[in-house]
Amino acid sequence: MTVSAARILRSVPREEAFYFFTSIGNYTGQSAASLDEFLQKIKDVNIKSLEFHLYREDFERWIDQTLGDAKLAEEIKDLRNMKVVGNALRDRLYFAVSRRLKDLKSAAPSSK
Amino acid sequence: MKIKGQVAILDDLDWQILQVLQENAKLTYAEIGNKLHMPQSTVYDRIHTMEEHKVIKKYEAVIDTEKIGIQQITALITITADMKETENIAKKLTGFSQVIGVYTAFSEEIIVAAKVIAKDQVALHSFIAKSIAPLPGVLRIRTSIITKKYKEENFQPPPKEKALKR
Repeated sequence: MTVSAARILRSVPREEAFYFFTSIGNYTGQSAASLDEFLQKIKDVNIKSLEFHLYREDFERWIDQTLGDAKLAEEIKDLRNMKVVGNALRDRLYFAVSRRLKDLKSAAPSSK
Repeated sequence: MKIKGQVAILDDLDWQILQVLQENAKLTYAEIGNKLHMPQSTVYDRIHTMEEHKVIKKYEAVIDTEKIGIQQITALITITADMKETENIAKKLTGFSQVIGVYTAFSEEIIVAAKVIAKDQVALHSFIAKSIAPLPGVLRIRTSIITKKYKEENFQPPPKEKALKR
């Protein structure tokens, strides 16, 4: 558990980072290379971007396939199935990611 | 045609030949001569000189992709970038087969503009997200998908100077 938590919490190279778009080909300039950074970005990024990626399944794909966190990916999939939009989406996404981050950080080996 | 330093100075006859070639590059020297009322040897000499000096860079076939069943979309993308990285980004874009034109341009700030082709919107987005957004210095990307082409031509010889005068 501790090893996989550390793996999920790692920073990935820039070519594997998550890039926030608002629609096809329209990049906001915001990107996240770790789950920590992802949490910070979903707080501020254009709401259109959150809706665009959620319904394209981009979030769950990146979290599952790049970071390796199937559990959080499943929670995000649930949000998609509930068809959450707007600020409610931002709040629920933020809540799900921050709760998962807290769990992972308490399980990961200390960096000290 | 005369050469002044690095620049080729074309005369009226050269321009007329270029205009005919741009409409149909498959015409023979004789056919061009007939059209322009000049001997084919003159046409040959003029074309040969322009080829030699790379005024005529190449002859190419313009393929109608719809006719051969290739479905593709074309998009115009503009990239706002860190000033120091603009040239690097432009150079990197030239290496992708999906990119058919790359330019730097100046509006309120310097941007990199590119013309991109893709099979469909999914492929276009994937290419931009995976290959362009991660390039160092990219700050923002705007993409417009072309819905209809009204005109698309290469450089056209300008109309005769006389015609421009009032």
